[in-house]
Amino acid sequence: MSGDHPLLVAQGISKHFGGVAALDDVSLEVRPGEVHCIAGENGSGKSTLIKIISGVVTPDAGVIEVGCETYRHLTPRQAIGAGIEVIFQDFSLFPNLTVAENIAVSSLIAHGRRTVRPPELRRIARAVIERIGVDLDLDARVEDLSVADRQLTAICRALAQDARIIFMDEPTTALTWREVRALFQIVASLRESGVALVFVSHKIEEVLRISQRITVLRNGKVVVSGEAAEFDRPALIRAMTGRMLSERRPSDTNWREMPPILEVQGLGLGGYFEGVTFDVRPGEVLGVTGLLGSGRTEIAEALFGVRPADTGTVRVNGQPVVVNSVRDAVRAGFGYVPADRLSEGLFLDQSIARNVIAGSLDLLVGRLNLLRQSVADRVAQTTLTDLRVKMSSSRAPVRSLSGGNQQRVVLAKWLARSPRILILNSPTVGVDVGSKHEILEMLRAKSREGMGIIVISDDVPELLEVCHRVLVVRRGRIVAELTGDGLTEKTILDELAA
Amino acid sequence: MSTVPSAARRLRISRLRGSNNEGVLVVAIAVLATVVGLVSPSFWSVATLLNVGTNSLENAVFAMAVLIVMVSGGIDVSFMAIGIFAGYSVIVLGNATGIAADSAWLGFMIAIAIGLALGLLNAFAIAVLRLPTLIATLGTQTIIRGVMLAFIGRKVIPDYPPGLESLSTTYLFTDYAAIATRLNVMIVPSIVICIVVSLMLRYTLVGRGIFAIGGDAESARRAGFPVTRLRVLIYLMAGALAATAGMMHVTQVRLANPYELVGGELDVIAAVVLGGASIFGGKGSVSGTVLGVVLIALINYSLILLGVPGAWQRAAVGALLLIGVSAQALSAAGRHRRGTIVQAEEAAA
Repeated sequence: MSGDHPLLVAQGISKHFGGVAALDDVSLEVRPGEVHCIAGENGSGKSTLIKIISGVVTPDAGVIEVGCETYRHLTPRQAIGAGIEVIFQDFSLFPNLTVAENIAVSSLIAHGRRTVRPPELRRIARAVIERIGVDLDLDARVEDLSVADRQLTAICRALAQDARIIFMDEPTTALTWREVRALFQIVASLRESGVALVFVSHKIEEVLRISQRITVLRNGKVVVSGEAAEFDRPALIRAMTGRMLSERRPSDTNWREMPPILEVQGLGLGGYFEGVTFDVRPGEVLGVTGLLGSGRTEIAEALFGVRPADTGTVRVNGQPVVVNSVRDAVRAGFGYVPADRLSEGLFLDQSIARNVIAGSLDLLVGRLNLLRQSVADRVAQTTLTDLRVKMSSSRAPVRSLSGGNQQRVVLAKWLARSPRILILNSPTVGVDVGSKHEILEMLRAKSREGMGIIVISDDVPELLEVCHRVLVVRRGRIVAELTGDGLTEKTILDELAA
Repeated sequence: MSTVPSAARRLRISRLRGSNNEGVLVVAIAVLATVVGLVSPSFWSVATLLNVGTNSLENAVFAMAVLIVMVSGGIDVSFMAIGIFAGYSVIVLGNATGIAADSAWLGFMIAIAIGLALGLLNAFAIAVLRLPTLIATLGTQTIIRGVMLAFIGRKVIPDYPPGLESLSTTYLFTDYAAIATRLNVMIVPSIVICIVVSLMLRYTLVGRGIFAIGGDAESARRAGFPVTRLRVLIYLMAGALAATAGMMHVTQVRLANPYELVGGELDVIAAVVLGGASIFGGKGSVSGTVLGVVLIALINYSLILLGVPGAWQRAAVGALLLIGVSAQALSAAGRHRRGTIVQAEEAAA
């Protein structure tokens, strides 16, 4: 395969939805064996571009050259025939079928087959798995796999179809950093075999780490496109957001002298974690990190009464509290923002205002336990304004908001209660750079107002940006407390991996 | 840690249980047979086998229709209406025109044609209009039954065209020890149909497509399955199977009663669910389904044998349906928990 001739050239692509330009004269070139990142915030047009190149959406203008053909618009079948495969965020796998069948079935369909022989499925699947040297159980059902293995299955399926360009939409969102590292190794081996990969991402670190070339989209236009070596972190952030964002560590240290809001002593839950001892002082943001399965989430869930701890004591403002249920935790002043904001945190079809007050109804009722609507409206409005949620009206359903704004509504719901201690699990997963910055800024502001904040995360830059102190959890125990100069990317990663 | 041996044990147990609860059903059938046999020794007779076989041969074919739809993620409650519509219409038509006078084959072919036409009605509502399957088939069930009672007839017909009459008295086995206990030869096509459906589901791209749609319809579309065409095919197949089963029923009872079958959907749906088919789609097997049909036939027969009033039979079937669904929910929860632990162990390793 010649190294210079591009595999795919998209030129002057434009697409309007209603009166809004989703894409405006966008061009993109993908060469063999390269990793090309399309970076941009939510709503910048990344997804629309992928959909056009995979043939799902027809562009208003522009041409796509792939192989030797030039298309005004591709059909999905033509795109697949030309070796373009898209791995969507949900992977589009069949949870009820085996890994082998998931990998092989599309190529059987493409060859117009009518019958299926299990040994043949396994042969096709094994060939692909051996080609990229991964370890997957061919007979496992996809629903029993980890997220990382599902992603591998999706990659293998693309390769089974002789993919020459693989588009991956936000491939690392649901992975732990260890799994991300494994993914990057596979990506490197794919490159060597001449396959081009196009990553769509808004995570600065991985964009810089993995790609040879970067194209940045903002508001449907290409802002800049070039060799990855020409970019550094601030330049990329500026290109994506169009503004300068400071990424300074919090330095206010007066919290050290204050009495703790939360004291946790010897907390344990059989099989998950034990001997967990720490405190949180007003005005402090405490980080808790660890690998998936280390117990970091279970500690938070125990504090919030989802899975109550068996041993240990918890004190809030010096008073011992017993947390055996979520209700106990809420009464003691805890708030919890779960990791899966879409399924656990929101009523998607209800209005924004109703979602905001949903967690504090007991504070908003008057006589006869009836809701005091005017107070509720005021609380909702104040909190939403505080968080700068972009919305047409607080009566619109939450579903109509973008991911980042939905995240803020979840936060608003907890802030409406004014909790004494707010626990956030991976607060900025799936949130673009700009919104992420604002959310972290807001957490810092709340901590300055005296709220105790615990951030559970495995996103190291996020921890560094917002936390005064970071606890590292490994195999259910706190193995390190990092603070001040000891709190760096390197120390966190060393402790995680040790 | 003790997790390793227990994981191995879990694996062995799950293998015994079968991917669709087949093992559990075999055990349940054995336990039931033992208990009923102890209470009522007359259970141990050829008559029991023939009775259960007679009851199962048509329900197994109905169950194939329900299974195909359920694996694709839908639920069909119109199959009994299609069955009796087809069966009753063939008898009326045969008597009026003499068309299926000498050939039972032709009677069945006409029934299947009617089943395909009615299946097309379901297919249109579900694949084209995209209505939820339960509501769509509730609607078609009522329409089909209403049309039959209004236009085809309301009378119970004891006279059959000669071809069907002779099929209805062609027995594979007769137990002379018990009065009127025989097994109709139609058990043979019933078994053949089950085998064919099983092969179709397992070894054809259409069958795998049905599983794929049940797993995730949008993914099936992206993988290149012709989802709409498959859905149409699913309801056509279900219609044809239901009509065949209805024809078998009408032939066996030798009394064409348009008020029969509709209302008895639960027996078949419960059998399919007990047989491991997921009400959320994507899971199910013919072997499990057939065992479920046999279990329900056995329970109904045992309750009669023990002199339990008919109302209790209905209660028993309802309870079995709940047990089947609960078993699915519990095993899904168990798998989720195991997944978490395995991940935790991997991360700790």
